[in-house]
Amino acid sequence: MKPAPFKYLAATSLEHALALKAEHGDEAKFLAGGQSLMPAMNFRLARPAVLIDINGIEDLAGIRPAATATRVGALTRYRSLQRDTGFIQAFPLIGEALPHIAHPQIRNRGTLGGNLAHADPASELPAIAVALEARLRVQSATGERWIEASAFFASALTTDLKPDEMLVEIELALPKPRSGACFMEIARRRGDFAIVGVAVTIGLDDADRCSDARLAFCGVGETPVDASAAAETLIGQPLTEQGARKVAASVQAMIDPAGSVHATADYQRHVAGVLTERALRTGYQRARDGH
Amino acid sequence: MDIDLHDVTLSVNGTKYQRRVESRLLLSDFLRHDLSLAGTHVGCEHGVCGACTVLLDGAPVRSCLMLAVQANNHEISTVESLAGKAGEYHPLQQAMHDHHGLQCGYCTPGILMTMTAFLDENHSPNEDEIREALSGNLCRCTGYQNIVDAVMTAAERMRG
Amino acid sequence: MSTRNFGEPVKRNEDRKLLTGQALFVDDVELPGMLHAALLRSQVAHARILKIDVAKALQRPGVVAAFVAADLGDYWRPGPLLVPPPPITGIVFHQRTQVPLAREKVRHVGEPLVIVIAASRYIAEDALDDIEVELEPLAAVVDLEKGLAAGSVLVHDDLGSNVSAHVRQTTGSYAAAVTKADHTLKRRFFYEHGISSPIETRGVVAQWDARAGQMTIWDTTQAPVFVRNGLAGMLGLNERQVRVIAPFVGGGFGPKIMMFYPEEVLLPWVSMRLNRPVKWIEDRLEHFFATTQERGQIHDAEMAVSRDGRILGIKDVFLHDGGAYDPYGLTVPLNSQCTLLGPYVVPAYDSTFTQVFTNLPIVTPYRGAGRQHGVFVIERLLDLAAHELQIDPAEIRRRNLIPPDAFPYRNEIIYQDFGALEYDSGDYEPVLDMAMQSIGYAAFRQEQATARLQGRHLGIGLACYVEGTGIGPYEGAKVQVQSNGKVSVATGIGTQGQGHFTVFAQIAADQLGVAVADVDVVTGDTDQFYWGAGTFASRGAVVAGNAVNEASKVVRKKILKLASDLFECAEDDLVIADGKVSIVGIPEKFVALGDLARQANPMRGAVQPGTEPGLEATQYFGPKMGATANGVHAMIIEMDPQTFELKIVRYVVVHDCGTVINPMILAGQIHGGVAQGIGNAFYEKLVFDDQGQLLNASLADYLLPTALEVPRMQLAHTVTTSPLNPLGIKGAGEAGAIPVGPLFAQAIEDALDLKAKGVELREIPLSPSRLFELTRKAKR
Repeated sequence: MKPAPFKYLAATSLEHALALKAEHGDEAKFLAGGQSLMPAMNFRLARPAVLIDINGIEDLAGIRPAATATRVGALTRYRSLQRDTGFIQAFPLIGEALPHIAHPQIRNRGTLGGNLAHADPASELPAIAVALEARLRVQSATGERWIEASAFFASALTTDLKPDEMLVEIELALPKPRSGACFMEIARRRGDFAIVGVAVTIGLDDADRCSDARLAFCGVGETPVDASAAAETLIGQPLTEQGARKVAASVQAMIDPAGSVHATADYQRHVAGVLTERALRTGYQRARDGH
Repeated sequence: MDIDLHDVTLSVNGTKYQRRVESRLLLSDFLRHDLSLAGTHVGCEHGVCGACTVLLDGAPVRSCLMLAVQANNHEISTVESLAGKAGEYHPLQQAMHDHHGLQCGYCTPGILMTMTAFLDENHSPNEDEIREALSGNLCRCTGYQNIVDAVMTAAERMRG
Repeated sequence: MSTRNFGEPVKRNEDRKLLTGQALFVDDVELPGMLHAALLRSQVAHARILKIDVAKALQRPGVVAAFVAADLGDYWRPGPLLVPPPPITGIVFHQRTQVPLAREKVRHVGEPLVIVIAASRYIAEDALDDIEVELEPLAAVVDLEKGLAAGSVLVHDDLGSNVSAHVRQTTGSYAAAVTKADHTLKRRFFYEHGISSPIETRGVVAQWDARAGQMTIWDTTQAPVFVRNGLAGMLGLNERQVRVIAPFVGGGFGPKIMMFYPEEVLLPWVSMRLNRPVKWIEDRLEHFFATTQERGQIHDAEMAVSRDGRILGIKDVFLHDGGAYDPYGLTVPLNSQCTLLGPYVVPAYDSTFTQVFTNLPIVTPYRGAGRQHGVFVIERLLDLAAHELQIDPAEIRRRNLIPPDAFPYRNEIIYQDFGALEYDSGDYEPVLDMAMQSIGYAAFRQEQATARLQGRHLGIGLACYVEGTGIGPYEGAKVQVQSNGKVSVATGIGTQGQGHFTVFAQIAADQLGVAVADVDVVTGDTDQFYWGAGTFASRGAVVAGNAVNEASKVVRKKILKLASDLFECAEDDLVIADGKVSIVGIPEKFVALGDLARQANPMRGAVQPGTEPGLEATQYFGPKMGATANGVHAMIIEMDPQTFELKIVRYVVVHDCGTVINPMILAGQIHGGVAQGIGNAFYEKLVFDDQGQLLNASLADYLLPTALEVPRMQLAHTVTTSPLNPLGIKGAGEAGAIPVGPLFAQAIEDALDLKAKGVELREIPLSPSRLFELTRKAKR
C-alpha cells in the first residue's frame, strides 16, 4: 500500500509552516510524528496534495514548566514526555496513560500535538486533555488564539482548527495539592485503541471529602466525553462504594457509545461503569495517600 | 503532476549516502530497494507489525511510517549493522541463535533492532519488561517464548 | 554411525543468514528491467461486470500494460482441482475453481479484475484509480443457512444451488446407540478459524528469458514442484523450461500451498508477453482477501452416552463455509469430520456435512486445517456430558480413550489422504496423566477456592486431540558427498521456518558421519530437485525426512563399498566419523570423505556397470498412510468477572509425535501453534457484514497475539514411535493450534461458574464483549 503522490515541503520555521498552510489550506496537512497520518496515507484514505513536514521546527517541541502551569510544545514526542520525570510527577494522569498508547516504536515518533489534532475518538490523550481542562494554543499566519480542550474536539477526527491553523502548544495547569489521578482503559491488547478509557482527577479537602472531581472518557463518543457532571454527587463527602456506584450509573446513562468490531455498545456502557468505580476508588486513594 | 523529487543525505550503518528520491517513497522501500539493504522487511505498511523497525538516531521507529526524504541529515541503523566486520554476532543475535528465537526469520530483523535498543537502555530487564518492549513486534511463528529467553540471556551476557 | 545428532537440540544451520538480514525472500529479488504489478480488485462481494475500461490507466506515465480477462485469450481458464473429492459413497461435489481475472461476474471482495504493470508499485497503484469499472452489485451469500435456503442468490448461477459438496460418512448405527443410551445431548456449535497472516505476505517474481527459453519464478509457495508442473503446462512450456524457486519464505501455515492463485498464473504470462521480469508483492490489505483463509462451520451435534460417560455414538450435521470457489476439494471439512473422533472410542458415528459456496474469499487449509472445528465439537460435548452426568471432565475423557492395545485403530471412515482413517500407534492415557500432573489438576479446586476468597476468578481447562500427520503421496531427496567433504541434500518441499535446513542435515549427518553444519540443504528449488508434493499437513519431517534418511543410507553403503575396495578390507572393519572413513582401531588409515567422493568420479577408468559415479543417491519415501500424533493441552486462566478480560496463568502441552528429531525445533513449533490457537480462541475474528464486506481488514483491527497475550508454556513429550516409517516419526507442525478453542471455552466456563448460571460456551472465537453478551442473556 503506497501513498498517492504529493508535494513535500520541509518547513524551516513556524512562520514558514504557517505561511505554507495559509497558502494551501485544506489541500495541505502537517506531518508531525506521522504515526496516524502515514498509515492513512499508505491506505490511501488520506491523500493530501501537500505535506508540510514540521519535524524540523525545534522550538515547537519542549516541556516548559512554570509556576502554576506547564506548557508543552505540540511537537513534543511521547517518548520525551515519558522520560521527563518532573513532568510525569506533575502529571501522573498522563504518565499512567502513556504506556497504553501504541508501542515504544510509535512513541518514539508520535507527538502530543499530533495526537490531539488527529482527534481519534478512541485516543487517550484527548480525554486526558479534557479531564485536566487543558488550554490549547493555536496559531495561524495572521494570529493566535487559545481554545479550551472541551471546545477543541468537534467530532470524530475533526477539531476546531481552521484550515490555516496549527496547534502549537498545550498548557496544563498543575494539579492542586491533595489531588489524586487515575487513568484506566479496556483494550483488546495493550497499546490498542481503547474500547473504553477513563481519566479521573479527584481533589480533597482537609477532611478527605471530595472538593472537586473531573471525569472524562475516550472511546464512548465521537469526541472525548466530559462526564464530570456525573461526579457532582461526590462533592462534599468522602468517597464511598455507594457513591462511586451512583456516579457509574450516571455515567452509563450519560454516554452513547457506538460499538465497534471489538465490542458492542452495551459492553462499552457496562465497562464504562466498571472503570468509573475503579478509577474513582484509585484516584481517591491516591489523593489521600498524597500522590 | 510532475514527480516531486528531493535530494537527501543520510548516514546508514555508518555509511553516507546521497540520493534523489520521490517525496512519497517510504523509508522502508528506500532502504530495501534503493540502498539494497534488504534485511529490513515489510510486513504491513500500516505501522502495526514492526518488521520494518530500524533505528533513527538510535531510537527504534517504523520505517514504513517514514518517508525517505524525512531521513535527510539523520542516522539510520538497520539489521546489517549488528554483526561485527568479521561476522561476529551481536550478543542478541548469538542469544537468538542459542535459544531458537527465530523460525522463518521474517520478523527477526525488526525484533533485533527493537530489542538491541531496549537492551542498551535496560541492562537488567525482567520478563514483564521484555514482553512489554517486544509487544510492538508481531511474530507468527515462535510464540515469543524463546525470544524472551534470548533477550534475557543477551542482557546477562552483556552485563558481563 | 557416529555421534547421534538425531534427537538432539542442534542449533540451526539457517540462522546466520536470517539473523544478519542476508536471507533472500521473494521481495528481495531484484532483476534488471523488472516491472511491478498491482491488481484492481473487486470492492464488492458479488456483482456482474458491466464494463472495465483501462484506457486512462494506459495513458499514465510509467504504466506499461493493463490486462483484463479477455486479453488472456486461451490462457484464461479456471484453475485445476487440486484435491479431488475422496472416494466416499454418495458424495456430491461440484467443482468450481478460481480464475486468473474475473469475467462476467465477481464472487468475493478482492477478486482480481485487472492487472496493471508499471515501472514501480507506486505508479501501478496510481493507475488502479484510473481504471473505470462498472459493476452491477448483487446480493451476497454470506450466511450459510440462508445460502442453502430456497430462493437464495446463487454464487454460481449454473449450479442451481450453493452446494459445493455434500458428504455423509457413517460407522455403526447411531440410531441403535440412542436406544441403548442413558443420556443424550444435542447442541449447536459455531466455530470460526481465521487468516494465517504470516508476517511475510505472498509474492511472485516471474522472469522469462526468451533466448534461453527459460522461465524462472520466485514464489512464496509451499509447493514449488506442483506449481512448476502446472504452470509449465499452462504456459505451453516443457517442465524443464520452468524453474520455480521458493527461497526463504516468511511463514506459510497452509495458505501458501494453495496453488494457481491468480497472481501466480498471471505473472509468468505477463513476463512472456512483455519480455520483462515482473514482480508482485501482496500487501497486507490484499492478504485479507487474496490469500486463502479458513472461516466457519455450524454443527448440530448429538452424543449418546451411558450413565458413566462412555460414548455410544455421535451424530453430527454441519455446514462448512468454503468460500466462492472450491479448488482444494474437501480437505478442510473432511479433517473436521475425521478429527472429531479424537482419541476416543466412538462405536457409532453418523457425520454429514455440506460445503457451501459463499461470496467470501476461498477457504483452504490453515494450520489445523479443519481439525479445530471437529475437536471443538467433541471436547465440548464431553464437557457438557460431564456436567450433566456429574463426572469430572478429565475423568470422562479418560473413560473414552482408545486403549493402548487397540492399535492400529481403524475408524472405518475416509480421511483426507483417501484411505480409511487408521491411527497407527498411540498411548493416550499417560499423555492425559502427564498433562494433569503438570497443570496441577488435583490441587486446582483448592487453589481455585482460595483464590475466590480473595476475589480472584481462576478456571481450568483440558482438551485432548489427535492429529493425522505425515500423509503421502511421497517426497524424495538427493544426497551427495561433495569433493570438499561437505554433504549436499536436496529435496522438493519448501521451507517456511520449520528448520528443514537443520533437521534434514541432522538425519544425513548421522548416516554419513559429518557435522550437521557441514550438511548443506536445499529445499524448494525445482532445478535442484525435480519431484515432490509440498510442505503441508504436518508431513515435512516425516515424509521428506525419511526420504533424506533413505538416500543417506544408500550413500553410506556406497561410501563403505568404495572405502572397503580402497583399503581392501571388509565393510564391517570400517567406521565413518568426523568426515572420514577409517579402519576400526587404525585411525591413521583413513580417507577423507571429500577425497573419496573425488575418487568416485574418476577422470580415467570406467565406472563399473551397475554403479554410478560419485557418492550420491536419490531415494523416495511414500508412506502407506498418515501417522497419528496426539496430545493434551491444559490451561489455567484468571478472569475479571466484571470486564471479562482474561489472563493465562499457566499453559501446559503434552505431545506425542513419535521419535523426535530436534526437540528444540519441535518445541518452537508447539509454541507457535499455541500462539495461533490463542489468537483463534480469543482475539482473531474476521468480521464480515451481510454484504460480504470485511470490516476489520487491517492488523490494527484483526488482532494477532503479541508477546503480552501469549504466555510461557510448559511442554512435555511422550513417544510412541510410528510403525509407518523407518525413523518412527510423526508430524508436529499443527499440533499446538488444534485444541485451544475448547480449552478456552472450558476454562472460562469454570472461572465464571457459567454452567451453574445456565450459560454454555458453544462458539469460538470469544472475547470480553461476547462473554458479556452471552452471560447477560442468561441472566434474563
